[in-house]
Formats: sequence, C-alpha cells, structure tokens
Amino acid sequence: MTARILIVAEHDGAKLNPSTAKCVTCARSLAGAEITVVVCAADAAAVAAQAAQLAGVGRVLSIDNPANAHALAAVLAPQIVAVAGPYTHLLGPSSTFGKDLMARIAGLLDAPQVSDIMAIESATRFRRPIFAGNAILTVECSGAGKLVGTVRAASFEAAGGGGAAAIEQVAVAVPLPTHTRFISVSAAKSDRPDLQTAARVISGGRALGSADGFKILYSLADRIGAAVGASRAAVDAGYAPNEMQVGQTGKIIAPELYVAVGISGAIQHLTGIKDARTIVAINKDGEAPIFEVADFGLVADLFQVIPEIERLLG
Amino acid sequence: MKRILVGIKRVVDYNVRIRVKPDNSGVVTDGVKMSVNPFDEIALEEALRIKERGGAEEVVVVTVGPADCQPQLRTALAMGADRAVHVQADGLIEPLVAARVFLKLIEKEQPILVILGKQAIDDDNGQTGQVLAALWNRPQATYASKLELTEGSARVTREVDAGLETLEVDLPAVITTDLRLNEPRYVKLPDIMKAKKKPLDTLTLSALGVELRQQLKLVRFEPPPQRQKGIRVKDAAELVEALKKKGLL
Repeated sequence: MTARILIVAEHDGAKLNPSTAKCVTCARSLAGAEITVVVCAADAAAVAAQAAQLAGVGRVLSIDNPANAHALAAVLAPQIVAVAGPYTHLLGPSSTFGKDLMARIAGLLDAPQVSDIMAIESATRFRRPIFAGNAILTVECSGAGKLVGTVRAASFEAAGGGGAAAIEQVAVAVPLPTHTRFISVSAAKSDRPDLQTAARVISGGRALGSADGFKILYSLADRIGAAVGASRAAVDAGYAPNEMQVGQTGKIIAPELYVAVGISGAIQHLTGIKDARTIVAINKDGEAPIFEVADFGLVADLFQVIPEIERLLG
Repeated sequence: MKRILVGIKRVVDYNVRIRVKPDNSGVVTDGVKMSVNPFDEIALEEALRIKERGGAEEVVVVTVGPADCQPQLRTALAMGADRAVHVQADGLIEPLVAARVFLKLIEKEQPILVILGKQAIDDDNGQTGQVLAALWNRPQATYASKLELTEGSARVTREVDAGLETLEVDLPAVITTDLRLNEPRYVKLPDIMKAKKKPLDTLTLSALGVELRQQLKLVRFEPPPQRQKGIRVKDAAELVEALKKKGLL
C-alpha cells in the first residue's frame, strides 16, 4: 500500500518554517510515499508557494481562513481533520506548534501518535528517543487506521528546493470553535540567526552570573554569526529569555558548531545538543559532565577566554 | 463545587541514570526510585495555589496504572490534594486510553479545569492533554508558564518557540504545565500523616467503560549512540586554531 503523507506546515504567515522541509525529508525516507503539505493561514498564498518548491512534495493544500491568522490548535485541528480523509499518515514538526497541534488532531481522529520521530523504518515502524534521549525506542503501530506523528527536526536535513507541486485551494466548511482566543505573543526581536536552524550556536549557563554577563556571548556570537542559547539554569535565573533555552524541555538543536560556555551539562541539556556536529565546552570546573561529550574542552575562566577568542579572531 | 482535576503519573525519578536492559526489552526499573512526574507536581502545585486563592474548592488527583502507583497518589495528597482517584490498569497506558479515562471522570466530576503535565519524563510522549481537549471538545492551553483565572475564563501564558504567547480560554479547559509555572512545595511530615486519612478511591477501567487498547508495540529499547570523548585544549589560542582547522570558524 502506498503511504500518503500529509504534512502540516509551520509558518509565521509569510515564511515557511524550516521545520516543514525537515518533515518532508522524514516523509521521503519512506520509499514511494506521496507527500502533500497543507498550509492553514489567513492568506496562505505566499507560504503555499514556498512549500510547493520543496523537493519531494507532490501537492500543496491551501486553506485560507481569517480564523487562521494565529496558529491555535483548537481552530486548526478540525480543518486538518476535514481534509485528512485520503491520507495514511499525518506529520508535523516536533516544535511547540506541532506538538500542540498534532496530538489534538490525533485525538479528533482517534488515532495513535508517535512523538519525536527520529527515523522511519517502515510505514508502521519508527524510532524515537525516550527518557530524555537516554534510550531509543523502536515502536510498531498495529492499528489499521491513520497514524499521526511529530518529527524531530534535529534528526533530518531540510529538503532542498526545485520542486513545482500543484497548489490546490481547499474550502473547508467545518464549524470552528471560538472558545480559544489569541491575545498576544512577545518575542524579542533579534538580528541573530534563528537558534533552531543556526549553523553555529553559543550557549551560556548560570556561570555567566547575570543578564549582563551574557553580553560577552552576544558579542562573540555576532562576530562569528552564531545564535545564542542558554541552559535551563540561566533561563530560570532570569539571565536569558525562555525562547533561548536549549535542552529536553527547550529547543533541541543540531548545529555544526555548539559552544557551551559555563554550562555544567545536565543530562536534560545534553539531550538538546546530542546531534551537534562539533561540541566545544568552556568551563572552570574540569569535572563538569559537559566535558564527557565535548569534542574540544577548555578548562578556564570564561570571562577571560570569551573576549580572548574574539580578539584572536581579529 | 468548583473542582480541579490533576493528572499524576508515576515515573522513574528525575535523578536516576537510565539504563537499558541487556535484552533490549525495556529500561531497568528494579530497585530504582520512582516519583511523581515533575511536570505533574507543577500541575498539582498550580491547582493548590488556585484553591488557596479561592478560585477552586476541591483538588482531585487522578492516576491510571497498576497498584504500585498509590504511593505517588499519597504524595499528592500530602502536598495538599483533597482526594485521589486511582484507576487501576495493568499494561501500557497509551495517551488515547489515559485521555478516555479523564473524559469519563470529567463527566462525573464536572471540573472547571484539568491540569496535566506537558509530558511525562519517561515516554516523553506529550500528548494526553491535547488528546483529552480534543475528545472533550474544549480549549487547550499547553506549556503554561502563567495562569490567571477570571470568571468563566482563564488567561494563560505559554512557552512557545517564538517566546511567550498569551491565550484566553473559556472554562472548562485543559491546561498543561511547563517548568516555570511554579515551584512545587515540599511535603512536610505531618502532611504525610494527614494524607493517610484522605480519601483514595479505586476504580477499574472496565467500571469506567474504557477499553485498554494498545496500538503501539514497544519493539526494542536501545541505549543512545555515545559521542566519542574529545580532547582538551590548553588555551583560547589552541581552541581557535583547532576550530579553524576543522573549518568551523
């Protein structure tokens, strides 16, 4: 049986999030799968056009509705379910957007969900991390019905461009709830690369001592074009905002270069950086667990080393 | 009565180093410390604070699982829950089954809020709250870091990838907790004694009319691939040199 996979696009109304291209790569690992991307937006045209260019995508469904101006799971889920009929699998990214939405879809469909897919072995068999990545579980779905999944972005490269999928406007006539209302979103505007997709990331821990202490990281990050992250301890202490948190309950990332500064390396933090190509640890405490996973370790005072690295780069 | 339902799951304690069994059939749990899922503790703490502020009159904790889950319910009672419901079930409880149990209890208890952890730290599924909200056809506010109740609605700040999002949801609703919602209180000895006298009802899945469906088979557990241990550099210059050599700077 051919797998027909519906991928729910993540976007900000104008731009497709790279997590969607990673879902496409995940779906393509199932040989012969027919891949459709669905875009729900107030005006989906721009995002749908971007989705149509992803290599491997056969079709794009575009669902326009003013109610879709903000991604509310309770509002989006019934629309996705309304078009889910022909599909065997429904996938979304394992971001806060996808985790919030896909499980609601699974509930409406009365379908099982596989969370955080890191590999597809067959149409019914998947690998996923459990226990904060301390074990890898192979799971087999026995049900005959649809299967919902969230895709662990750090496990997949983004699909390339060059595609030319047909875009289909879909009118969905289902009643949408009004019991959930968007009020606001506060996000610090930053010129730095996006933490989740940056090739280089510098993260700071509690050893930075204050929000001010983070400034030396921002300075070095800007010098090398890196995004800045933080450990949970640093976020809890108020040194950095929550969206900078890297780890099991924050962002799970896979940059080319990860520099952990003043981070001891709690298991929950390591979960978030395991897939980084190269890990650098800078810490005063030579016994810190971060050194167990670091490719390059430097036992030193970060307040001396970070400015010095910046100087050495000229 | 204004009531809040809180889900409690018994999990391997946060601090335990997880080991996969040599036959790949699971992780080692024999002789391992078990605790209340940390996100569920946060859920209970939030419910207790709402009650202490006068926003609710009763906090009911619920767990689904085998008999050995009861110590975690007693812990929840010691923290301050008014009563506990233990829905006995042996075997793996998938999110759809857990959500159906909550749905049945909701019919009976008519809560204004159901507060659950955003995920359990064992299976890391992170589904039950959303599945429940879908089955119940009610709002969901996941990853809550702030919760304010007003008459008939709640204003919830959520930790999302972009930053902090605020939603308004009509009650009743399902809330799932993130780490920064609150810091759970410590249990004091007298409270543990008092908790022994609090009501703990035991029900069965069949009495609730919920089928123990298992659609996902756990085929194989493996330890994660280990990273190779790297090298120590002596100073910033050597580090910069090494990274440049690898084309990373």
